[in-house]
Amino acid sequence: MSVLAPAAPVTAEDRVSVASNWRLVWWRFRKHRLALVSAVVLVGLYVVVLCPDFFSTEDPEATDARLAFIPIQRLHVFDGLRPSPWVPGIAGKRNPTTLRMQWQVDPSRKIPVRFFVTGYPYRLLGLVPTRIHLLGAASNAGGERLHLLGTDRLGRDQWSRLVHGTRTSMTIGLTAVTFSVILGVLLGGISGYYGGPADAVIQRLIELLQSLPTIPIWLALTAALPRDWTPQQVFFAITVILSLVGWTTLGREVRGRFLALREEDFVLAAELAGASQRRIIVRHMVPTFLSHIIATSTLAIPAMIINETSLSFLGLGIRPPAISWGVLLQEAQNIQTVALAPWLLVPGAVVILSVLAFNLVGDGLRDAADPYSQ
Amino acid sequence: MTRYVLKRLVLLPALLFLFSVTVFAIVQAPPGDFLTTYVATLASSGSSISAEQVDALRREYGLDQPVWIQYLRWMENLAKGNLGLSLEYQRPNAELIGERLVLTMILALLSFVFTWVVAIPAGIYSAMHPRSVVDYVLTVVNYVGVATPNFMLALVLMWGAFAYFGMSVTGLFSPDFVEAPWSLARVLDLLKHVWLPAVVLGVAGTARLTRVMRANLLDELNKPYVTTARAKGLSEWRLVVRYPARLALNPLVSTIGWYLPALFSGSLIVATVMNLPNIGPLLLRALINQDMYLAGSILLIYCFLTIVGTLISDILLAWLDPRIRLEEG
Repeated sequence: MSVLAPAAPVTAEDRVSVASNWRLVWWRFRKHRLALVSAVVLVGLYVVVLCPDFFSTEDPEATDARLAFIPIQRLHVFDGLRPSPWVPGIAGKRNPTTLRMQWQVDPSRKIPVRFFVTGYPYRLLGLVPTRIHLLGAASNAGGERLHLLGTDRLGRDQWSRLVHGTRTSMTIGLTAVTFSVILGVLLGGISGYYGGPADAVIQRLIELLQSLPTIPIWLALTAALPRDWTPQQVFFAITVILSLVGWTTLGREVRGRFLALREEDFVLAAELAGASQRRIIVRHMVPTFLSHIIATSTLAIPAMIINETSLSFLGLGIRPPAISWGVLLQEAQNIQTVALAPWLLVPGAVVILSVLAFNLVGDGLRDAADPYSQ
Repeated sequence: MTRYVLKRLVLLPALLFLFSVTVFAIVQAPPGDFLTTYVATLASSGSSISAEQVDALRREYGLDQPVWIQYLRWMENLAKGNLGLSLEYQRPNAELIGERLVLTMILALLSFVFTWVVAIPAGIYSAMHPRSVVDYVLTVVNYVGVATPNFMLALVLMWGAFAYFGMSVTGLFSPDFVEAPWSLARVLDLLKHVWLPAVVLGVAGTARLTRVMRANLLDELNKPYVTTARAKGLSEWRLVVRYPARLALNPLVSTIGWYLPALFSGSLIVATVMNLPNIGPLLLRALINQDMYLAGSILLIYCFLTIVGTLISDILLAWLDPRIRLEEG
């Protein structure tokens, strides 16, 4: 038996036993493949949210009735064997009987698509004035236009509108849930930590709000918003309306956690050590269920997005000229229009994709939230 | 148990009173009243109405009174079982709501039946064969089902039926039966049309229910009594259906009361998209035109249904699962 035993190799167990709580959550989340892929999708969507103009190919507000209902131009990545993206040219002809423009693919013309082309001016992140866009037709001088997702009845480029709608809809989901979390943690915390009359009042309030029929009440509330409000005011009002009911579930959950934790030994120990109430709550109690709150709120975002989309679709949520997914889908309300221009349904696919991604990430987080469970 | 139910029943009028105030405040909230909207609509269609006539109408409808008097008048009428008069249609609200409420309920019930008939067997199968191909397919379908807004599903189905089969799947009746009085033929016609909206409305709920059923049953299947039954040689099917499936159903049965009002609410949006003659489009129109007694009555009916639904759920829950502690005073 030698005195100088070789240093024991760092085993997996050693790493686990010294890892922080968040590291354990991450390790566990990482194992959930679908959740990881969804997280990447969400990050991508939020990058679009940050600078929608950069990803647009045309001005989303620019209308041109002569360019109405252009179908999707298929993007080809290879020209022959050379990687050089292009879209086929299209030529419009007016139908003599219906007077509708009919668009035909013109296989003889190839419109080259290039990265970082100059287009309409905008401010990057609202600060830096620039004209650079991620994608665009190579030469704008020739009047060639790029419509990756076609155009709507006013000739507006749907891809660019979708990108701008993504900003509104994804932000609404996030802000509404943030409001809900703040309200839920605050009121649920007060209810659970102090108990007594405060608890009784807050619990009755939650019961009251939860027995309201949400969709009719939302409709009534949004219908009550003054017609002359600016898009920003409407946006803010809708987030508040959505989170009005949303916080109750979280409030209940937080209250339950506080009730359970209040009796724990480590809280008693902190009290005996003379920690202030604030410190006990913020340093000792909240971190134990923070991961649960994050998981629950991630799972609450999709409902917010679906609700906003539905309200806007009915014309009671976000209103034009502001763009959201629901506003875009309003264009698809008439089934005859959809039959002629099925690409107007594409925003719906993006709604489904984002909701799916949020649900999967939320499920992954929920499973990972308690890294010590089996 | 009786005391608990009685206590809840006593609270019911108090809750309804609170809701009636809330509802009235909300329908009153938009600036202007029905007549301002009415005048604006007339102006946009080219006709006009004199200021004296507007004032006379305002007096007649009582819209010139202070808000609390308007509320009291509404309450007084409600207490007499009178839902008031629709300002826009000039017909009693009860008459307007009546048939549409029946259609809304039929739709909700059918979609409820669809949900359970599909979700329970699917959930049981998934739990009995976890990680099988069918289980994975069902899981994917469920995730997509939950993620699809129901109006989106309605749009896609309507578009598909129209573009590929030349069919119009809107409405609940064929043109011949829209205005016809109730008859056997009309009921049959209704059944021919109602299933598609019912399915559209039920898809998200079905997906959710399947997942819950699968999870609940998986928890039960790990318990020792199941192993015992298996050891005694009970066939796998009988073994699952006898006890674990029943236990897994318990929490679901008790939430029926929450589910039905949610279906009523959900049908609002689908009904508007698919042009169904139920309460949805009526409420939407009433809200936009500020036909406040009609909107208020509909909202109050929704509130009532939700409270009763919650009450039924709580009672079922307490009755099915004696472990639930009743808060006795």
